[in-house]
Amino acid sequence: MPLVFAALAFALPSERWRPWLVPMGGVIHLTLVVLALRRPDVTAFEGWLLLDPLGRLILGFLSLLFFLCALYVPGYLALRRDRSNRIFCTCLLAFLGTMTLMTASHHLGLMWVALEATTLASAPLLYFNRNQRSLEATWKYLLIGSVGIALALLGSLFLAYAAFRAGLDTSLLFDDLVREAPQLSRPWLHAAFVLLLVGYGTKMGLAPMHTWKPDAYGESPGVVGALLAGGLTNCAFLALLRFYQVCAAAGETAFVREVMIVIGLLSMAVAGVFMARQQDFKRMLAYSSVEHMGILVLGMGIGGAAVFGVLLHLVNNGLTKGVLFLSAGNIHRAYDSKLTTHVSGALRRVPVSGALFLAGFFAITGSPPFGVFLSEFIILRAAIDSDQFLIAGLFLAMLFVVFVGMGATVLSVVQGEPPKDLRPNAYHDSFLMVGPAIACLALVLLLGLYIPPPINGLLQDAANFLDGRP
Amino acid sequence: MSRAVDPILVLVLLLNFFILGTSRLRAVIDGSALQGVLLGILVIFVHGGVGVQSLIVATAAILIKGTLIPSLLHRAMREAAIRREVEPLVGYIASLLLGAIATGAAVLFARALPLAPAHVGSLLVPASLATALTGFLILCTRRKAITQVVGYLVLENGIFIMGLCLLEAMPFLVEMGVLLDLLVAVFVIGIIINHINREFASLDTARLSALKE
Repeated sequence: MPLVFAALAFALPSERWRPWLVPMGGVIHLTLVVLALRRPDVTAFEGWLLLDPLGRLILGFLSLLFFLCALYVPGYLALRRDRSNRIFCTCLLAFLGTMTLMTASHHLGLMWVALEATTLASAPLLYFNRNQRSLEATWKYLLIGSVGIALALLGSLFLAYAAFRAGLDTSLLFDDLVREAPQLSRPWLHAAFVLLLVGYGTKMGLAPMHTWKPDAYGESPGVVGALLAGGLTNCAFLALLRFYQVCAAAGETAFVREVMIVIGLLSMAVAGVFMARQQDFKRMLAYSSVEHMGILVLGMGIGGAAVFGVLLHLVNNGLTKGVLFLSAGNIHRAYDSKLTTHVSGALRRVPVSGALFLAGFFAITGSPPFGVFLSEFIILRAAIDSDQFLIAGLFLAMLFVVFVGMGATVLSVVQGEPPKDLRPNAYHDSFLMVGPAIACLALVLLLGLYIPPPINGLLQDAANFLDGRP
Repeated sequence: MSRAVDPILVLVLLLNFFILGTSRLRAVIDGSALQGVLLGILVIFVHGGVGVQSLIVATAAILIKGTLIPSLLHRAMREAAIRREVEPLVGYIASLLLGAIATGAAVLFARALPLAPAHVGSLLVPASLATALTGFLILCTRRKAITQVVGYLVLENGIFIMGLCLLEAMPFLVEMGVLLDLLVAVFVIGIIINHINREFASLDTARLSALKE
């Protein structure tokens, strides 16, 4: 079965003819993933590729998000006939293939190669608009991303050295690393974790290393933003979770948690500061992504019951980002601008997209009854139950700051009258352009009200797996 | 491990300072090329004998780090018609000083880490960290796109030296990953540099600053 995955990943780049191939690829991928999820265990290449419960959750979700976004692609590209879509479609599918490889790879080195491949596959996507600003965004993305990748490699080497120093003849498969963890050399393990956190954290967009994110999300097409914010960041987070497991098995939980709490809070704080008075609503979404990556890492730092919340939040955040980026992309098309100084009255100009953008805002800031509220509440309760009141207080305060900052921008976009001098253009809300976002929103709402048993099972398995329980 | 390893590493460290203190781009690129060749030779000495595996890695390192990438960079430089790095964010004397501090810190840090018996007293780990830090320094303080790429190369070279410690214990994939990464990273960045040429008429990334808060 995973051979099919690998073959798919290889075969995908050759499907390059027309935009409709992207949804087709999405459907095939989703079908294969669902088939794979129904099997008890999937493994190939002597365990180098393996779907563990964590990989299952993230891969399943990734495939769903890609499918929804893929439905949006033909409609979007029809609006952008001025650009050749050949490279765009090829890279989108290659991007999916490399992300799939990342979720399934179970070897330290292979995972790193997959990380690098995702970066290379996504860079041309950012450069789709081929103007000076998108060039700048791509340059920053590549340069900062490459440094992150280099540091992740250095961290991987440190981790391998920790095993080598202890005289272990290790295979560097994650299962083996977790089993051998207690014997690993401690100082090397600490250094490796910090480097890996910085390296993969760059890809995730955690606070001090987030500077590529606003540019990349701001300048790329909405659908690419949705995939980066909802797909790629989760893959990088998956990598961090694997190292978390190794460190936890080595009995270093306290050290790891402290680091994660600090980074998580810092990310939320930075996002809150930059989100206030943000005039570009796509950049605002990027900071929102930084904030939610911070929440994920913070939740892992809190630990205990929060782990389930973190995994649920990962799914919720990805879906809500789908709603926000797709509707923001529509608004951008309708106004030919993404600055709040030019855009107002979106509820009148594009009623459905405007309403979706507003609903997405309420969902992402954690208003009930959406799923994000539930997952944030679980994390908060875990913090209070384990007597970490200071962290819980800071968490709440920052959520509030973000709500206020983001609200100001979102409301000025959707409310009021459209500007008088607005040139009418061909864009209008068609089913293809809003359908995927509506589907994402419906799923977030569903997750807030009732988690269906199969999804609950996936989440529970993954949480148990992370805690080291079989 | 052969006795020749440490002298080669000293040369690598000296090249770090050379790259840090030079403003002519041609010399900077040549410095990084020479460093690549030295690393290739180093592979054979660290391995302590000529095997098929070590020979492949050594040849690949010399070809890619020592020849291919420098020639690409030279071409990019000619097309952009620039010779010197202008106004780095940190001056040359200051960056030499910072480089010295980074090297000292690397030695101290490497001492604090427990090394495997085979590597005690060798310069491998400190040289690796020092080179990586130097690369980072160049990357952060220079403005020209080409110099930044060279900085990234030096950073990668440092990581490559770290990988040498594990040459025997680790699967080959990671070694090849380093080389592949180098090739691809510069290749893609090179393409972008071409676009930068067209749209900016210079390779100064300081002009890439329309996007900020």
